[in-house]
Amino acid sequence: MERQEPTGLAVISLRVNGEPTDVAFDPYKTLLEVLREDLNLPGTKHGCELGECGACAVLVDGTPTLSCLLLGLECDGREVVTVEGLMEDGRLHPLQEAFADLGAAQCGYCTPGLLVTAKALLDRNPTPTGDQIREALAGNICRCTGYQQIVEAVQAAATDCAEHKATDYTEHEATDYTEHEAADYTEHEATDCTQHEATDCTEHEATDCTDYTEKK
Amino acid sequence: MMRLPRFEYHAPRALADAAGWLAAHPGRVMILAGGTDILPNMKRRQQTPEVLVSLRHIAELKKVSPDTFSGLTLGSALTLSELVRMPRLQRDYAGLWQAAAQVATPHLRAMGTLGGNLCLDTRCNYYDQTYEWRKSIDFCMKKEGRICWVATSSPTCLAVSSTDTAPALMALGARVRLVSASGERVVDVSDLYANDGINYLTRRPDEILADVRLPDHTGWRSTYWKLRRRGSFDFPVLSVAAAARLDHGGVVQDARIVLGAVASRPMIATQAAVGLRGHSLTDEAIARAADRAYEVAKPMDNTDYALVWRKRVSRDFVTYALRELRGDDMRDTRRRIARQALMGLSY
Amino acid sequence: MTRPTMRVVGFPRRRVDGRAKVTGQTVFADDLVLPRMLYARLLRSTVPHARIRSLDASKAEAHPGVHLVLTGKDLPIPYGILPVSQDEHALCPDKVRFVGDPVALVVARDELIATEALELITVEYEPLKTFADPEESLAHPEPRIHDYGDAGNVHKKVALSFGDVEEGFREADHVFDDLFFYQGNTHLPLEQHAAVAAIDGDGKLVLWSSTQTPHYVHRALAKALEMPAAHIRVIATPNGGGFGGKSDPFNHEVAIAKAALVLKRPIKIALTREEVFLCHRGRHPVLMRFRTGVKNDGTITGVHLQTLLDGGAYGSYGVASTFYTGALQTVTYHIPRYRFDGCRVFTNKPPCGPKRGHGTPQSRFGQEIQLDRIGERLAIDPADLRLRIVERPDTLTANYLRVSTIGLAECIRRVVKTSDWKNRFRKLERGRGLGLACSSYLSGAGLPIYWNDMPHSAVQLKLDRSGGVTAFCGATEIGQGSDDVLVGCVAEVFGIEPFDIRAVTGDTDLTPVDLGSYSSRVTLMMGNAAIQAAERARDVLADAVGRKLGVPKGRLVFADRRVFDSEDPARGVTFAEAVCAAEAMFGAVGSTGSYTPPPSAAKYKGGGVGPSPTYSYTAAVIEVEVDESTGWVNVPRVWIAHDIGRALNPTLVRGQVEGSVYMGLGEALMEEQVFRRLPKRLSNAVVHKFPSMLEYKSPTFLDMPEIFTELVENPDPHGPFGAKEVGQGPLLPIMPALANAVYDAVGVRIDEVPITPEKIVKALADKAAGRPPRYGPSRFPDVDWPEPLQVPPPWEGGTGRAATAQPAETPR
Repeated sequence: MERQEPTGLAVISLRVNGEPTDVAFDPYKTLLEVLREDLNLPGTKHGCELGECGACAVLVDGTPTLSCLLLGLECDGREVVTVEGLMEDGRLHPLQEAFADLGAAQCGYCTPGLLVTAKALLDRNPTPTGDQIREALAGNICRCTGYQQIVEAVQAAATDCAEHKATDYTEHEATDYTEHEAADYTEHEATDCTQHEATDCTEHEATDCTDYTEKK
Repeated sequence: MMRLPRFEYHAPRALADAAGWLAAHPGRVMILAGGTDILPNMKRRQQTPEVLVSLRHIAELKKVSPDTFSGLTLGSALTLSELVRMPRLQRDYAGLWQAAAQVATPHLRAMGTLGGNLCLDTRCNYYDQTYEWRKSIDFCMKKEGRICWVATSSPTCLAVSSTDTAPALMALGARVRLVSASGERVVDVSDLYANDGINYLTRRPDEILADVRLPDHTGWRSTYWKLRRRGSFDFPVLSVAAAARLDHGGVVQDARIVLGAVASRPMIATQAAVGLRGHSLTDEAIARAADRAYEVAKPMDNTDYALVWRKRVSRDFVTYALRELRGDDMRDTRRRIARQALMGLSY
Repeated sequence: MTRPTMRVVGFPRRRVDGRAKVTGQTVFADDLVLPRMLYARLLRSTVPHARIRSLDASKAEAHPGVHLVLTGKDLPIPYGILPVSQDEHALCPDKVRFVGDPVALVVARDELIATEALELITVEYEPLKTFADPEESLAHPEPRIHDYGDAGNVHKKVALSFGDVEEGFREADHVFDDLFFYQGNTHLPLEQHAAVAAIDGDGKLVLWSSTQTPHYVHRALAKALEMPAAHIRVIATPNGGGFGGKSDPFNHEVAIAKAALVLKRPIKIALTREEVFLCHRGRHPVLMRFRTGVKNDGTITGVHLQTLLDGGAYGSYGVASTFYTGALQTVTYHIPRYRFDGCRVFTNKPPCGPKRGHGTPQSRFGQEIQLDRIGERLAIDPADLRLRIVERPDTLTANYLRVSTIGLAECIRRVVKTSDWKNRFRKLERGRGLGLACSSYLSGAGLPIYWNDMPHSAVQLKLDRSGGVTAFCGATEIGQGSDDVLVGCVAEVFGIEPFDIRAVTGDTDLTPVDLGSYSSRVTLMMGNAAIQAAERARDVLADAVGRKLGVPKGRLVFADRRVFDSEDPARGVTFAEAVCAAEAMFGAVGSTGSYTPPPSAAKYKGGGVGPSPTYSYTAAVIEVEVDESTGWVNVPRVWIAHDIGRALNPTLVRGQVEGSVYMGLGEALMEEQVFRRLPKRLSNAVVHKFPSMLEYKSPTFLDMPEIFTELVENPDPHGPFGAKEVGQGPLLPIMPALANAVYDAVGVRIDEVPITPEKIVKALADKAAGRPPRYGPSRFPDVDWPEPLQVPPPWEGGTGRAATAQPAETPR
């Protein structure tokens, strides 16, 4: 639970890029400021601090979130992933590889926000269509690329992820899926709608796919 | 970097405790839900509460209570993304689903709540500015100043109601439950609003919007059309929510049409809707309704796009909405206006 | 030495700084944190035009956590990017000229305290008459916004005449006379400007800044701080986008440098988004009148262009911008007689300056729409019309610009083919349309901003015994990929991998001067300097290896990280061994290369703007859907072909083309930097209408069409490996192509940007009422034009000099 120190600083415990972390900060700060100024993670950028550009996006409990509009005080106990946490086992995430190779990062300033947002998309939907990519990334402004190379990079990364997963399908897919779903369930249990949400997910995904192919 | 001003923060676990905070410190406390409206306002010093009471840990505000007889009750702290992921909403309350799916951006929908969108501060190009900017115009009536710069002789503030979900909910005949330390009341969504840019909510400062109650909607169809310059980010500068109950022959039994972002509250186009009753949704009937709804639209020069044009295209948008209710295939038009298919979102 | 086929140049490649950008390791200015660092904020004027009667900062100074307050009296020396416009002060000493003009700097323990302290400063202003638009400035010479300039509130007036244009109109079968207006817009780089100033261990001043022009910032600091430049180091951090918006020396840079000198502590300043809108230096609003004479076959007999620029409150690059509105028409199409009158006025708004395309998109917009009209009147397909009048290669134009290669005809043919133009133009159903437009742009300004005879770019190489190479150059990475160009050119010459090379750029202490990332100059100028430096070093290595192996130098090949005998490839040494051999024989191995553009043929006053070693060319076709009831515009597809000379890294080239299409569509459809003047009887205010990312509309993922990019490669002798520019040119045809497409779709001309649904609806209403189906300006205000400078074109026996004697000074 967040608490106030005699110094006037707030203190919270959270997980950042997989590591449990305690951090003290001025209580008026948003997660953006806490990451950049108090956790020494300047990879997350800011372009407006008002929710109008998407540059500051990070994953909070797996969901793309604007860190400029989330109080640090509200992050106690939560799981935060920033661009600095995308590498796995010392290797670039397929999205990072594709962004670097395919011209998806020009000045690179919108890139951290786009990468985490795209990661959340691929985690949920490993084979998105172009339209689905554009809709998922519609909250990130890029002034350099015209977006096309970004869409291509996400598509390439999706293919890459799929191929990667296919190699050790049983192990990875199974664990990932269970873990993910389990987390979802727990979160919702508190809110008394486990049953409802569970049905929703299945229904939704099924409907979605059919709808899409039918109407395309 | 823009910084928040200093404030005190509390995050009670029970709704009663939150209501207690509001009752105990009138005028000093504001509610923090998703934060996507109040935090930018605080950074621009439009709102500077001494105390923020967060609803984040109040579980009952996240409840979804499906009930096939009485409709559906949605907790006010459900995020807009959570609404968009509910197939039942997409199926039975399409207008609300379409409205929620078009709010701002995916990130902001994942953070912003239903209650927050309903209570969204009214917006205005003279008001949604930094402290320094507002100082350069000697402020305005809504905050620290005396004049409404939109129309300098106006006795009231003309800031614009910019909520997407309220018009949709009004078209659906929804009600909201307001909870305070002294009790609770349930009002029509329509009665939640007043046409005054400053006092745009009839919610008392000590009340918390706890949930939204959707009536059983069997036999109804609903839709929501939003005008904004870009496919995401932008608030509506005109919106049309419409709902109709048609009989088997396609004759309108009942209808509601609500215009958003053309006044300080969502405007009900009563004449337009009443005129449809007993008629099929022919091109002529739709044109008549569009003309009547057009009379209701009173946009001012304080948002994106020229006000004359915004008023003009209200006819077109009502037409789109009613054609969709009639069953026309509006997907191409939708794609051009919304710049997306709105077919069920994958994120 | 024989050069094998290319191994690096021409292949799509991960840019050298790509990994850092995707891991969050790129260090932007606001990412820097230094021990004991303090934070600064600027207090900006809340009035548009006023004398400062008094300023009291005592309360702010006494505020807990505040370390320093600086005001105008602390920084009395003016500066400015052009030698002819030294009209800016870091903090206004006695007068403010727009809402946002800085008057004080507060330095505090943290940014919130600095922000709180701003409110404690009281400034008393004595209001002056405010000028919000150019007509007001033309009409009222007093009070003057500046006490310099050509007259009253006119900053600059120019008039140039190349041949008798009236004679040209007499020879014409038709003379077209059209007015156009181009609304101002801004760069909106995603990274807000930021800088850190510190005194290093040696006691010297260091400034890290998000700047495109560290060399010019270096000069401005030396001047404004009255310090030897040798004791100042400016480091350009990678820019999170620039687009021209970070090319001036800025108030915040000078002010925090001063604060660091006073406090001897590091000071950071990071501007808010609103402040970035106030820094501006973006696209000038320009009113244009184009008179063009044509023969029935489309041949142009003469063009007379007049432009009126709303300059805002300071000079910035404005004199150059003014000339640029009239410079490049002749480079695109053959124009035998040409006259240009340009006028820039001061107004009480943030200063305009160079944005992508600098001064040329506005007149390009007018010229390309007028050509569409001409084609229609003459019943010539607009693509064919342009193919008839494309300027010839290896030509000197009427205004003495030297054209080298021209790939424009091929660009036109490509987009005509890929868009299926012949089967679709004027043949689509109502509400759908295609439009075509072309453009050209400089590959680097031929003259520097301040007069000097030194190279425009220099590269220094250090070769290490390990086989590693470090390339030093003052060029600035603003996202365009200049580090990649540097490394790519050096790798190609040495036959090593880009990963073997480290780029050190944009640091006035470490790197030789490059003038900066503006005017699309870096690829061509730095690239040539890099090749020269690498070839010089390679020559030294070849000497050593040739001697060591006993192989004639001319037979050696540098490839695959080896140096070997072309006749016996097994016989050779590694690149690292080659460096060691050279070091053993000749001592430390390093080299320099530099580049100076060829001398310009334009010797007349004003001829300094426009010359370039070579020009890039672009053609674009845009498809639109227009709803006739609402005027709503959708853009499903864009086809674009760009004459790049040679694509050094095609991935990055495509990115520049598509990014240009993006920015062009933003300008064409929605972006505008506009101001609100409150009712005069109630308020004096002139404010930016919406200085925010939300209300300044930058297209999102959902607003972009599909883009089909074609690169036309015809190596130019002036370019490094034949390369030309790509960062700016491809933006230019987008706005007019869109306007032409709207005309094809619904038959109305929108003669101004942005092209909004409101304007289309109005034009359609006019059309329905039998009035001219058009939305655009209806008059060009009276300007007291000077007598034009008469410069006979080459084919009339001209020499590039004015017929009448003129002063030698040439503004650039």
